[in-house]
Order: sequence, then structure tokens, then C-alpha cells
Amino acid sequence: MSAVSLTPESSAPDRWWRHRAVQRFLRHRLALIGLAMILVLGAACIFGPMLLPFDDLFIDLRARFAPPLTGAHWFGTDPLGRDLAARLFMAGRISLLVGFMAMLTSTVIGSVVGVIAGYRGGLVGMVLMRFVDAILSFPSLFLLLALAAFIKPSPAMITIIIAVTSWTEIARIVEAEVRSLRDRDFVLAARMLGLSRRSIMVHELLPNVAGPIIVAATLTVARAILLEAYVSFLGYGIQPPVPSWGNMLNGAQQYLANAPWLAIVPGVAITMAVTAFNFIGDGLRDALDVRSELD
Amino acid sequence: MVHYLGGRLWQSIVLLLLVSVIGFALLHLAPGGPLSQFTLTPGMTQAQMTHLAAQMGLDRPLPIQYLDWLWHLLQGDWGRSYRDNRPVAQVIFGHLGATLLLMVSGMAISLSIGVYVGIKSAINRGSFFDYMTTVGSMIALSIPTFWFGLIAIYLFSVKLGWLPAGNMYTIGNGSLLDYARHLILPASVLGLVDVATWSRYMRTATLEVIHQDFVRTARAKGLSHGRILRRHVIGNALLPMVTLAGMQLPAMLGGALVAETVFTWPGMGRLFRDSLGYSDYPVVMGLLMFSAILVLVGSLVTDLLAAVIDPRIRLG
Repeated sequence: MSAVSLTPESSAPDRWWRHRAVQRFLRHRLALIGLAMILVLGAACIFGPMLLPFDDLFIDLRARFAPPLTGAHWFGTDPLGRDLAARLFMAGRISLLVGFMAMLTSTVIGSVVGVIAGYRGGLVGMVLMRFVDAILSFPSLFLLLALAAFIKPSPAMITIIIAVTSWTEIARIVEAEVRSLRDRDFVLAARMLGLSRRSIMVHELLPNVAGPIIVAATLTVARAILLEAYVSFLGYGIQPPVPSWGNMLNGAQQYLANAPWLAIVPGVAITMAVTAFNFIGDGLRDALDVRSELD
Repeated sequence: MVHYLGGRLWQSIVLLLLVSVIGFALLHLAPGGPLSQFTLTPGMTQAQMTHLAAQMGLDRPLPIQYLDWLWHLLQGDWGRSYRDNRPVAQVIFGHLGATLLLMVSGMAISLSIGVYVGIKSAINRGSFFDYMTTVGSMIALSIPTFWFGLIAIYLFSVKLGWLPAGNMYTIGNGSLLDYARHLILPASVLGLVDVATWSRYMRTATLEVIHQDFVRTARAKGLSHGRILRRHVIGNALLPMVTLAGMQLPAMLGGALVAETVFTWPGMGRLFRDSLGYSDYPVVMGLLMFSAILVLVGSLVTDLLAAVIDPRIRLG
């Protein structure tokens, strides 16, 4: 039983890595590069801080603004003489976690709303989807910043706020898919068997839209990392001394002339992480055979 | 056409009402609600707060307050800025021009490059150029706009000293050339980040048109490759771009706002950031509502434009 409705190959034992979708993903060069990038970044963020000789909060004013590769400071130091490498990896833990949790939250909300709106249709569906349209009319950054400014930000709060502004796109995708499946024979059969509405939505429809959901979820991680970075860059996201890739860039602009590495290092990390998730998303789209207006 | 126009207009009005409900809810979500500015006043007693609430009509039921707020909103009374007590609508309109200038310039850049790249990679499908632009566009989509802006400032202002690092004009100069020099960097950053979106859409649209029957007919008639492309393919592939421009509006506005904060461009994004810093909630709310209205009106206009150009939309 696979989560994605692909005809299982009848050949011999059904190992998951022989699955057509997995095989196709493994042939997708960009997706593999993305996967490798994420594994390297993830490993660096998890194990890096244990291996480095510096603590991310250790202040050494004599070593302020050390450029990269001075002594044991691989990426240099910041205006307080803190080791940038240690801060980058600790920040990565937060930024990646926020991105991942925001993806989980928004995927759950978006899928639930999308499935209900798509299957129920009628007034319920219309009200839900117009609500989604209305939220999508606000530039998401404005909405995000306004919410972050109203609510005292903590990493958990930022995660929720990002999810609140990101679930709508997933809802839109799921709704369209479910609406196209609603009158298919297998759904009619389930209805005639007397299955409850909830059972049809959860057991019949949801597994069949798993592909688009997985793809959208992967791209949402990328988006969430970008959003966190921007909000924290402006000072309304993750608050120091807890480091995040975004708030590491917070003071970088004023030191641009003399200490450009303060801007370059965290920015490269963000771009790498976001690129990686976009590559993986692209590979998943091909592997799971998800149509989109782009391809 | 009239039928289509009516339906589309009705849809926009419903959306606008929903947008206003969300805006109103946000206003009341703000800590302390609309009264928050007074909680900071020293010596403010609870009795005075209650009195003030009654005076401002905040003790009425929420639906009544909403209707009242909406009524004033429709009349252009968006409240007053906490910072300088100027009417919110006036403050916002003062910053609208700069944002529109930046948005339009950025869009001109991204659209022209994106359309060119999209067509070229579609007719050379599977080539090295196609592959590189596909990969390149995905990386470009992944670069945070604000960081790209920082790097551009570092390279072109700090290191090379070619272009100014921020603002819209030099105080005391303000010639057209001076404006242009200030515009180049933010507009390019904004435009280049968006190239990817357009080139990918354009590539898909071109590929779709190339496989249509009328293109085969044109080829069968013996028309040259370039002529088919110019006369039959490009025009048809550009059609869906009009609708897409409407769909991209929130993202483009968002991008302009981000670029503004990095380049200290005196537009709505800059105003939004400053207003957040001052806890100037009326302006923040006004900007939220105004940008949503801008997006709705923009997508309405692009949809109507698409319907005028393409009869399939209004009839189908």
C-alpha cells in the first residue's frame, strides 16, 4: 500500500526503493544535489557546534571583526568577537527547525481546509475558498510582519505566524485536486458503500492527493526559511541572543563596508538551504508525476 | 463581455468585504486594540480608559463597530497616524508613487529578460541553454531578495562606487539623471529575482503554442522558422502572461516592499517598516488594507485586459 496512487509493479518482492517514484527521484540529478546539500547542512548544524572550539555566545572583544580564516575562526567573527561559524550552525538549527515545523503546521491546516472545501463544495467550499483568496490578497510579508509585531515573538510563535500566512497556497492546491476527484467512480463507490463523509475524505481522497501535498510541503519549507530570514532580518522574528540566519543578517548592513563576511556567510547558508528544498521539490514533482502549470 | 465583467466585479466586491473583515479582526488583535497608544500615556487611569473607549465608540458591539469602521473606510477616513497625526490615507498616498515606480521598473526588467529567456529555452528545449536557465532560475528563486540587495550594495556601491547605496535622490540635486542612478540598483535587484518566474511561465506557454495545429499549418505552408515564431507563436504565448501578471501582483508588491527596506527607498514598504517601529498601528493597518485593495484591483484589471485580448476567456 503506497501513499501515492501509482500502479505497483508486479515484479517480485515490493521493496520501497524499487518503487517507480523512488527510482525516478533517484534519477533526478538536481533533486539528489538538493538532498546532499540538505544532509551536509543538517549534519553541520547538528554536529558542528560540538566540534568547534568556540561557543556561539562566547564574547571575545579582542577578536572583533576578525575576517574569515583568521586562526581558528573559519568564517571570522562578529562585532562582539563571537565566532561566526559557531553562530551559523546554532542559527541553522533554529532556522531549519522553524522552517520544518512551519511546513508541518501549514500542511496540516492547508490539507484539512482543502479536502473539506473540495469535497463538500457548495456553500461550505465557497466560503472557505473565498476566505483563502482574501488572505492571499495581502502580501504575505506584510501580514507576517504585522502579526509578528503584535505578538511577542518566540521561535514557536514565529513558526505559528509563518504557518498562518503559508497554509493558503496548500489549501488552494488540495482543493483543486480533490474537486477533480470528487465525482470519480471510486469515490462514488465508497459513498454507495455507506462510508461516512469523514472516512471518504481521510481514507479515499487524502491518499490520492498525497503527491501534490508532498511537493507543496517541500516548497513550503523553502518559503518558510525565506520568510523567517526576512522577518528576523528586520528584527521582528527570532530575538537575540538566540541566533537565526535571519537575525545574523540584522546588523550586517551597517558593517557592509568593513566586514562584508557578516552579510555573505549567513546569506549563502539561507540560499543553499532554500535552493536545496526547491531542487528536492522539483525532483518530487517529476517523481510523483504532479502536474503543475509550470511544466 | 458584460456578463463576464459583472461576474468578475461581483467576485472582487465579495473578496474586498472579506479582506476588510480580516483587516478589522487584525486591528482588534493588536495588543490593547485601537486604544493601545493610550496605554503608554503615564497616569492614565482605568476610568479614563473606559471613558475614552466610550467616546471612540469601542464599547459598542463588534459588528456595529465593524460597519462604522467600514463606512469611514469607504469615505476615505482611514484614521490618523499616531506619529504625526496626519490622515492615514494621505500618508499612504504620499508613498504610493515611489513604490509604483520601483515595481514598474522592476517588472519591465524581469518581464523583458524573462520572456526572452523563456522563448529561447522553449525553442531550444533540452539544450545546454535550456538546462542552465532552468537550474539558474531555480537558484534565483531561492535567493532572499533582501540579501541579494545587500550584496548588490556591497559590490556596486561599496566596492566599485558606481551607484548610490540607497534613497531615491540626492538632496539638493533631484535631476532626472539622479533619480535614474538611484533607481538602477533596487530595480535591477527586484527585476532579476523575478526573471525566473516569468521565464518558466513563458517557456511553458511557448511550448504549448508550438504544438498547436495552426503552427503546424504555418510550417506546412512553408513559412520560415523566424516568421512562424514572430507572427504566430510569440503573440499567442504572451496571452497567458497578462493573467499571470495579475496572479503575480501580491508577490511583486511584496518584493518591492522588501527591496525598499534594504535600499531605504521612500515607498510603502519603507513606510510599513517605520510604522512598525513606531507602533503606528493605524498606518500599519491602512497599508495592509491598501495593499490588498491594490492587489485586488490589479488582478481585476489584468483579468479584464486578458478578456479583451482573448475572446476565449470571456466566451469560454
